[in-house]
Amino acid sequence: MSPIRRKGEQRPEAEPVTDAVRFVDERLGISPLLRAAMRYIFPDHWSFLFGEIALYSFMALIATGVYLALFFDPSVGPVVYSGGYAPLQGAHITAAYNSTLDIVFNVPAGLLIRQTHHWAALVFVVAIVIHLMRVFFTGAFRKPRDVNWLIGVTLVTLAIVEGFAGYSLPDDLLSGMGLAIGYSVLMAIPVVGGQLALLLWDGNFPGSGAFVDRLFIAHVFILPAILATLIAVHLAIIMRQKHSQFPGPGRTEDNVVGTPLWPAYALRALGMMMATFAVLFLLGGLVQINPIWQYGPYEPYLGTNGAQPDWYMGWLIGALRLMPGFDLTIGRATIAPNPLFGGVIFPGVVFGVLYLWPAAERRITKDHARHDLLQRPRDAPARTALGAAFFSWIFTIFMAGAADRLLVDIGFPYAGQVWFFRVLALFAPIVVFAFTLRLCRELQATEATPLREWEGALVRRAPDGHFAELDVAAAEGHEERVPRHGPPGREEW
Amino acid sequence: MTPRSPGGELVVAGGLVAASVCAVAFVVVYVTDRADTQLLGLSIGLCFAAVAVAAIVAGTRVVDQSEAVEERPKLVDEAVEREVTELGLAAGDGVSRRRLLAGAAGLAGASLTAAAVVPLASLGPGDVGRKLKASPWRRGVRLLDVHGAPITADELGVGSYVTAIAEGADARELGASVVVVRIAESEVLSHPEWAPRGIMAYSKICTHAACAVALFRYPTYEQTSDPPALVCPCHYSTFDVRKGAEVIFGPAGRPLPQLPLSIDAAGRLVAAAPLNGAPGPAWWGVRET
Repeated sequence: MSPIRRKGEQRPEAEPVTDAVRFVDERLGISPLLRAAMRYIFPDHWSFLFGEIALYSFMALIATGVYLALFFDPSVGPVVYSGGYAPLQGAHITAAYNSTLDIVFNVPAGLLIRQTHHWAALVFVVAIVIHLMRVFFTGAFRKPRDVNWLIGVTLVTLAIVEGFAGYSLPDDLLSGMGLAIGYSVLMAIPVVGGQLALLLWDGNFPGSGAFVDRLFIAHVFILPAILATLIAVHLAIIMRQKHSQFPGPGRTEDNVVGTPLWPAYALRALGMMMATFAVLFLLGGLVQINPIWQYGPYEPYLGTNGAQPDWYMGWLIGALRLMPGFDLTIGRATIAPNPLFGGVIFPGVVFGVLYLWPAAERRITKDHARHDLLQRPRDAPARTALGAAFFSWIFTIFMAGAADRLLVDIGFPYAGQVWFFRVLALFAPIVVFAFTLRLCRELQATEATPLREWEGALVRRAPDGHFAELDVAAAEGHEERVPRHGPPGREEW
Repeated sequence: MTPRSPGGELVVAGGLVAASVCAVAFVVVYVTDRADTQLLGLSIGLCFAAVAVAAIVAGTRVVDQSEAVEERPKLVDEAVEREVTELGLAAGDGVSRRRLLAGAAGLAGASLTAAAVVPLASLGPGDVGRKLKASPWRRGVRLLDVHGAPITADELGVGSYVTAIAEGADARELGASVVVVRIAESEVLSHPEWAPRGIMAYSKICTHAACAVALFRYPTYEQTSDPPALVCPCHYSTFDVRKGAEVIFGPAGRPLPQLPLSIDAAGRLVAAAPLNGAPGPAWWGVRET
């Protein structure tokens, strides 16, 4: 590892590289930065990859989205359909829907790109949510990463809004039904809801042509620009603080142990990126998603049974479904129209808890220290149990969002499902909390590693017929069997 | 130097060659048959997959795999931190009326913000209640089906369900569409004068979240079944049509507005009066008159 070589030692094949580095260095003086970047250490753990998948999905979204924007016409101008799809021949539709049909049926590779874009959006939010849970359950949000946690939570909310704006654009029946619900949720905001809805939609629902323009600009420019900026800041903060790591031999709060960026990790990351693209394009080419030509155009007086939004809206739909039917009124004033509860207060509570968690945990535990070593979930039983309860609550309500499909596809009575999910949403978190707390403590006490390594013993039969157990760990050069965590029995919050 | 993984190098080379083959296949499919989404997706997807295999094998087998250790930067240098604080505070040195200046700056900031925000009000919709309650239904407005033909009372048997639009109105207006249902006259428990021959009309836009109330349940066996009801497919708000569309299940907070009907001399359905409430979802002023 000597950066300077005398001329005689120069690797012959390296000369173009030498020239390139010199070219850049003479102009920007950037070699120290490049050296730091190439030696940047990535600790190895599979659970660190979800954030990467989210990043690569975002790249795929930008690339496919640019292609789609070249062909999409965000306008409600009336069109009589005359394209190649027979069932819609002669239908009175909007230019937005017409241009989407055109992307599907006429634009070269249009359907592939459109479906890949849609799948990438679904995977993007999945990866973010799993990444968020990983960060939560390993305590990676603690100081100094608390600010980055806030940026991350903001990214989840924006990703959901961005996805909703995206599938609302084509002006098919599903788009319109989703927007009608969005309009109603906005209207439900106390005092100013009506004003806000009329302002945003530029008049009564379904709004004027200005609304489609606004939705389009929000989806292709404003939100992606904010997302890209926040992702850049998110990564810059990580680079500055360096990655957190799980405890292990040689790993301390003051160092990072792992694979350097150059060359091994760069190649692995490239592989991960290509694998993400491969999955997205295979899904986009082979698995149909959001077939808007089958849904038909939207009119406010049309509706269809069993319509399902993108998955990341399911928890909000579930909350709207489970709410008992009343508007909260005082005299003539409707203080809280029903969609306020499921559409505003419920996500407000969820994101509020997520935003406030790091500060709340600091205050309760009085732990204001810097933490760069991660915790195993079992080593913070109270946090793990509370988190598991919280996510199980959201998941139960998310499942209720699919109650109409369970009715339409399987025939489960709807009213019974609503009561079932209401009760489950109240009691599942309690049961999950108690179970997880117990599980964490048992795992801590026994040091069992159910998800990781093989726990058996190797035996060898000696020539004299005796069996003797082989010490596998010693044979592989490890000092001890369980080196990857803090002292057993220690209970942090 | 002995190579770390000759086999790995072969896999990498093979992966990259396979990727080129797939990329060429993609171009061939694109040029020859543009509509074949499956083949396009398969070829470009496998191309990415082959590069992924090559890169991952290269990154985990072929190049140097040794772990390295890096010091974590100390984020806090107390001396510099103090210096920065001092520099910041030094701005006030030699200034006598700091509080006055800070107060004046705060005042200027607040008034400038207010001046910038207030004009937003002129963007806002004036008279929200009037706009949101707008509806084309008046006494005498005829009910047309979605193809524009008048609806006659005779064509509606008991248990039937049709969508109607106000004559002359834009069908996309939330207040314009109603559902017309017919039940037995003896079943009408509220405002029978609005339901000639048991034919009644309700706003088609759900009072919960503005979806179209697109389902009508009309039981065949009255003794054992649930009563006739309109159901919204979005969140299953259920409205009892016998009782003025009172909510009997689901999250809606108020009944569907009813359109009083009459039958003109030619047997066609016409509105006898405006809707008896605001169409569409609720807001703060939905119950104000």
